[in-house]
Amino acid sequence: MSSRFFLLILRFVGLVLLQVLIFNRLNLFGQLNPMVYILFLYWYPVREGRTLFLGIAFLLGFTIDLFSDTMAMHAAASLTAAFARPALMRFVFGVNLEFQNFRLSNSTHVQQFTFLALLIAIHHLVFFTLEIFSLSNLLLILKRVVLTGLTTFFFSVILASLFAARKE
Amino acid sequence: MQRIIKFILRNKIALFYLFLLFIALVLTVQNNAYHRSRYFNSASWLSGTLYGASFSVNSYFDLRAENEQLLEENRRLRRLLFNRQAPDSVEMDTSAVDYEVLSAQIIKNSFASANNYITLNRGSRDGIVQDMGVITSRGILGIVERTSSGYASVQSVLNTKSNINAKIAGTGYFGSLTWNRADHQLVQLEDIPRLVTLHVGDTIVTGAMSSIFPENIPIGTIEAFDLNESQSFYQIDVRLFNDMTNLKQAYVIRNRHRPEILQLESEIGNE
Repeated sequence: MSSRFFLLILRFVGLVLLQVLIFNRLNLFGQLNPMVYILFLYWYPVREGRTLFLGIAFLLGFTIDLFSDTMAMHAAASLTAAFARPALMRFVFGVNLEFQNFRLSNSTHVQQFTFLALLIAIHHLVFFTLEIFSLSNLLLILKRVVLTGLTTFFFSVILASLFAARKE
Repeated sequence: MQRIIKFILRNKIALFYLFLLFIALVLTVQNNAYHRSRYFNSASWLSGTLYGASFSVNSYFDLRAENEQLLEENRRLRRLLFNRQAPDSVEMDTSAVDYEVLSAQIIKNSFASANNYITLNRGSRDGIVQDMGVITSRGILGIVERTSSGYASVQSVLNTKSNINAKIAGTGYFGSLTWNRADHQLVQLEDIPRLVTLHVGDTIVTGAMSSIFPENIPIGTIEAFDLNESQSFYQIDVRLFNDMTNLKQAYVIRNRHRPEILQLESEIGNE
């Protein structure tokens, strides 16, 4: 239990540093900053208390906010993605989720990618809606969501495959 | 009563979610007001320290380019110095100086979001307070919005909330400089009347209406212009002199007369 707890903290700090020091400065094509810290929500253990999970997701987003001068936009986005996660998992993994020995690593790649993509979609939708904050810019919101979403997905998959290589 | 408790227990996760979301939204909406929350910004101790540490490593990578830029600036300033009349002893008196300049390093910069902020490694300890102007050797950068003891958070010109007085160089026509977030190299100058003749390539500088920036600090050149919807004012795209993606050194400007100007203006407002 304590080693899993330690792993969570390590992942939290690692992803925050990665996001703040590298990905926030990437500025791909001048404007795209992938938000890879969402991998924390993707990797989070399946069977843990949801209240704690929501709290951690909020804290994660808020830590990123502190560093990027975005107030609580990351917090709201990350929180919403965390709230939607169980529903997304039920949608993507279906009945597999009921099995006692279910883990992310023994589902198919298509399932993993769909799950990740849906998490990213929800997160980015909330984030850019709050950032732009007016519906007259609906097209701009969608453009940002799609473009940043694609880069986030790309980098997240790379990172996920980098760190998930060792199967327990 | 029992039903209410049951309802709360049954929906406790949804309620918890709504509660946290509410906090996040309140904080975000507060952020849209001009003065952001006092505590949560990149000038705080935690983020300032991390960005400072990261800067102390990164700054080694482009020392040569930085040196060249500083050398170029020194050359320009020396030329101005040599070409000016022998300085009067009255002018050398520091109490007669209108503006004071502090140097600072930029330890965090962003240009990809809607409201961009820059963090400097100087703060209230060095005499920086809110609403001081920030420039680089090439041109205007932004306005100090919040300070902690060791760091300052600057509202960049690439911020949808930014609004700076600017004019067309050599004329008295002034307007306000805003940003529509479409491109990080272009800012928008508004409220220039249509009777003014404009040319692509004309220089835009800061105006005299502001107590934050001295007059005639370079901003950029006209990239394109068009009349706005009412057909009476121009909407001008200005290409910034500063490369906002690559910033290292900055100067913070303090107008010694600003408190006096503000007091005078507030007295008028009260009447």
